[in-house]
Amino acid sequence: MMYDVVIIGSGPAGYTAALYTSRAFLKTLILSGLVPGGQLTTTTEVDNFPGFPKGILGSQLVMDMKTQTERFGTEIRNSVVSSVSKSPDGTFILTTDGGEVRTKTVIIATGASAMYLGLPSEEKLRGKGVSACATCDGFFFRGKVVVVIGGGDTAMEEATFLTKFSPKVTIIHRRDEFRASAIMLDRAKKDPRIAFLTNKIVEEIVGETEVTGIRLKDAKTGEVIEYPTQGVFLAIGHKPNTEFLKGFVDLDPKGYVVVTRAASPLSPQTETAVPGVFAAGDCVDPRYRQAIVAAGQGCMAAMDAEKYIETHGTENHA
Amino acid sequence: MADVTDQTFESEVMKSATPVLVDFWAVWCGPCQVQGPIVEEVAAAVGEKAKVVKLNVDENPVHAQKFGVMSIPTLMIFKGGTVVKQFIGVTSKDVLVSELTKLIS
Repeated sequence: MMYDVVIIGSGPAGYTAALYTSRAFLKTLILSGLVPGGQLTTTTEVDNFPGFPKGILGSQLVMDMKTQTERFGTEIRNSVVSSVSKSPDGTFILTTDGGEVRTKTVIIATGASAMYLGLPSEEKLRGKGVSACATCDGFFFRGKVVVVIGGGDTAMEEATFLTKFSPKVTIIHRRDEFRASAIMLDRAKKDPRIAFLTNKIVEEIVGETEVTGIRLKDAKTGEVIEYPTQGVFLAIGHKPNTEFLKGFVDLDPKGYVVVTRAASPLSPQTETAVPGVFAAGDCVDPRYRQAIVAAGQGCMAAMDAEKYIETHGTENHA
Repeated sequence: MADVTDQTFESEVMKSATPVLVDFWAVWCGPCQVQGPIVEEVAAAVGEKAKVVKLNVDENPVHAQKFGVMSIPTLMIFKGGTVVKQFIGVTSKDVLVSELTKLIS
């Protein structure tokens, strides 16, 4: 079976792309990947996606997107792609945990994942006090003191959310300046339950079967302290989920997929270095990282793929 | 798919003759909404040979705490009253079915 479009990823970019291609009667398959629904499933209320005057739960929004694509015939599989290659006839072969998939075009919409520090102690205690998702795990820290690592908007948002459960939340940041927007930082600073520790670098997370503390090194003095805590929430940024694409499409040094962004606005804006392969959403976008932007880019990638099939259609006889 | 509670956990899970997959979840947990349908598919795939149940951690804090659940979704496979396998975060149907199949004698 030869698909017209295979979309890797199931966040707003992937679902919007699928909505457009399946409405254009292109045979469309979504491979949902490791986290079906993507990052929206780990947020709470989404108030900045237009069309929902009262806000909508992130997970509900993405489930509704899924239902909408299915209405137009998109096929969805919970598979994970391990590699993509181009076959001599110009079509593509995707290797997945559910077998091989063949397609005329590919849309990469794999998104990004929360970054971890990369410490062995962090890996050992993941799900035992170490978390990268306050909205998922905050509930288990009722009455416990916790720390949030990071200095951006995510760190402020997570810290504010955690005060619903925790009597004391400490934001630990390796510098003394914050990337967070003024409004978010101000809100956190005004909250009496939130404390700040700056210029502190995380050396180790302490605990055997559960987190009991965190070892911090002062960035200026080098002094090492052990700070007692029962929970460590990481909010140190995101990395694009593009590891499996290395050597197939061009990636920038941070792993974001490079798209052509042709100079002429009439040329495709979402095509990668490989003709027939397009990319959209957080896996190409280190700057905006918004559901609505991802959705918009998904639409662009779908229209670019559609055009590609129109012009190359006669070459693919599979 | 059946719900287990703090009251029924002992009889339904600990004393079950077949392996049991327990999905620890909550209404407010986004990834759990994604995991739910996957677990339903797992239940359909394994049929009568294994039990697949879910436990709402809000309503049944005793067992969530007893098994050290600090992140959801958490999925645990019980056999003969002990935890033999544990998964944290959304886990695919293939992985869950293959782990359960290994335990079905």
